[in-house]
Amino acid sequence: MGIAESILLTIATAATPLLIAALGELVVERSGVLNLGVEGMMVMGAVCGFVAAALTGSPWLGVLAAIVVGALFSLLFGFLTLSVATNQVATGLSLTLLGLGLSGMIGEGFVGQAGQKLPSLYIPGLSDLPLVGRLVFGQDPIFYMSIALTVGIMWFLFRTRAGLTLRSIGDNHASAHALGIPVIAYRYLAVMFGGACAGLAGAHLSLVYTPQWVENMTAGRGWIALALVVFASWRPLRVLAGAYLFGAVTIGQIHVQALGYGIPSQLLSSLPYLATIVVLVLISRNRRLTMMNTPASLGRAFVPDR
Amino acid sequence: MGAQPGAAAANLLEVRGLTKIFGSLKACDHVDLTVRRGEIHALLGENGAGKSTLVKMLFGSLEPNAGEIFWDGQPVRIASPHAARKLGIGMVFQHFSLFDALTAAENIALSLDDDTPIATIAAKAQALSHSYGLPLDPYALVGDLSVGERQRIEIIRCLLQVPQLIILDEPTSVLTPQEADRLFETLDRLRAEGKSILYISHRLEEVKRMCDSATVLRHGKVVGHCDPRRETASSLARMMVGNDVQAVVREPAEGMDKAPVLLEVKKLSRAPATSFSIPLRDISLGVRAGEVIGIAGVAGNGQGEFFEAVSGEMAQADAASVRIRGKDAGRLSISERRRLGAAFVPEERLGHGAAPRMKLSENLLLSRHATDDKAFIGPGGTIRTGAVDAAAQRIIAAMDVRKSARDPEAAALSGGNLQKFIIGRELDRRPAVMVVNQPTWGVDAGAAAKIRQALIGLARAGSAVLVISQDLDELFEISDAIAVMHNGQLSKPLPIAEATFEKIGLLMGGAEPGHVEPAMEVA
Repeated sequence: MGIAESILLTIATAATPLLIAALGELVVERSGVLNLGVEGMMVMGAVCGFVAAALTGSPWLGVLAAIVVGALFSLLFGFLTLSVATNQVATGLSLTLLGLGLSGMIGEGFVGQAGQKLPSLYIPGLSDLPLVGRLVFGQDPIFYMSIALTVGIMWFLFRTRAGLTLRSIGDNHASAHALGIPVIAYRYLAVMFGGACAGLAGAHLSLVYTPQWVENMTAGRGWIALALVVFASWRPLRVLAGAYLFGAVTIGQIHVQALGYGIPSQLLSSLPYLATIVVLVLISRNRRLTMMNTPASLGRAFVPDR
Repeated sequence: MGAQPGAAAANLLEVRGLTKIFGSLKACDHVDLTVRRGEIHALLGENGAGKSTLVKMLFGSLEPNAGEIFWDGQPVRIASPHAARKLGIGMVFQHFSLFDALTAAENIALSLDDDTPIATIAAKAQALSHSYGLPLDPYALVGDLSVGERQRIEIIRCLLQVPQLIILDEPTSVLTPQEADRLFETLDRLRAEGKSILYISHRLEEVKRMCDSATVLRHGKVVGHCDPRRETASSLARMMVGNDVQAVVREPAEGMDKAPVLLEVKKLSRAPATSFSIPLRDISLGVRAGEVIGIAGVAGNGQGEFFEAVSGEMAQADAASVRIRGKDAGRLSISERRRLGAAFVPEERLGHGAAPRMKLSENLLLSRHATDDKAFIGPGGTIRTGAVDAAAQRIIAAMDVRKSARDPEAAALSGGNLQKFIIGRELDRRPAVMVVNQPTWGVDAGAAAKIRQALIGLARAGSAVLVISQDLDELFEISDAIAVMHNGQLSKPLPIAEATFEKIGLLMGGAEPGHVEPAMEVA
């Protein structure tokens, strides 16, 4: 395996959890709900995935547990913001704080234990091809899920009636309600989908990226995912581009640091954030396109009158 | 009733004792209503009479607390808009239920309860729209369309569902007279096809012209059923309001051309602030002491932007583009313009004209602290609460503001009463220049007449009054001259003696694009 290939592989590994969490949040925000609890749901997915895998011995059951826990945890947010109409920003922040605390408690006995690693795909012959073999045919299963999710969400949002309905709710929930669209039900489903994605992204961290449990192991990735969604103007392909750009600069700056050019490490560490913001701002300069894609009722509570 | 199941009943829709209660308010109180096949039935009433609540129950958006609905002779429960559409009830909403970020065809698809591909819907919508003479581009983004075009989408969307009953909620309130005429033609044709129409309006002339029967609501109760063609506009108004509405008196202004120009707008231009707002193009206008100038126009043609520029919410680069009492004011702030003797009443009452969670007296201080600082502000910046309170009570008495407490929060007042207070607050200062945007929007007829009379009174006492309104009847009632704003341009003011609905309507539709002249010479 060449150096270039191994660098590309690490980039994909760094980008995948961001991509999955951001895609989930994209669907949530397209429905008009702002869930700032991504970090909390992700860390819950990470710890529960790790614990389930450790207890059952199956990393696959770990992945499943992470998805289910993420969805259930988001249901708490959904109940508060959708059924009781609490403030979405405050509730989302609380969810993150709760997730960080709760995950520390759940994972207490598992810190430092060697975990289960989700096996990477291996197709004899194909995976051994030079250059592209490992990249295309030899990655972890969650990587393939992230690509399928990107395509699937694009298809869902822009090619299906349910996707159109979801976007319409995000654009104007009052109009949607007036037409008889079940606004709250759609939003519940969207929020749970976002939770499931965040859980899966967490599982990638604790079952693929670094197969162990460390407290607070998401290290702010949930927040980056949130920012990606906004800077990508709520478009799946741009989220993909943003996640990979962020991954690439992250890995790149580590290599530069290792070479030791005397550039302050703090500056290098901030590069991924800077680069991602600059690039995504540049590509979202088309105001009309941005306007079309921005969910106009984002973050606004909705209480249907009956 | 008396219709047998299966046989087509003469009455398409019959409503008995329908009641809807919100908290302590009976929005609809035992309402009875009958709509026959092939008729246009008017639902008349003031704002807040319960018209919208009633039709929302018929369309399944609201659940009635009591009462029965019979459709085609059969008792039905309309649990959702989906159920209403299934029965054959279509609705064109007052505040359109459209999605700005989606195309016309996508908007239509959302209200069809099946999975027809968008391309098929687009083709069908286009064919239908042409057959009704309402051309429509199915792939246009709704956010880019005019209000009239948006209503077209709503109507086509409704017709594609092949409804038996079409409910139109105040359809003409946003249209030019010509657009309204085209809507009436469409309605005539639908009636000829045997469809029934429930037509909500408070415009009496069009009800008399279009409708076969009418039900009048007041305070949530039915006060009468009548044949509007046999009533006069004033008898209908009396039913709606409950007593005679004082007619507004406007004595002709004399010697106007010698009076000084108190408010002057000169070559005012403004780039669009957001991608959806209208640029202002080279607007010139003068308002003299003693006169009322009206600005007509379909909503969203730059009136809001114009008001912001005149009031100082948005300062202009060119100081001479707005002059108040002969002084350049284009770069001055709102308070500085107020100190020159101007007063402004914005369109949006809550959050703009008044702070909703503050008391009326506090709202008074908010708009007048700069001009009346000697009276209201004491040493060291303290508030003279006694003086402010006395002034607030004076305004409340002068404008007959009805309220539940001595000094309630602004949000606790009904729209009409709050508007009376907001206008009264400015009138109380006797401003030399008064600029009002939509003075009586959503205000009941009695209060509207009072506000209009007060504006005329202010002008005749020597002030310059500029009124921006979408209500043409109102402008004809109070203005000495009417100018029309279209697409960010302002026409030359037409003296009221020469103005007709038709002329103004043509200008509103943009009949003379680019027709902009300096309104008058500087005095």
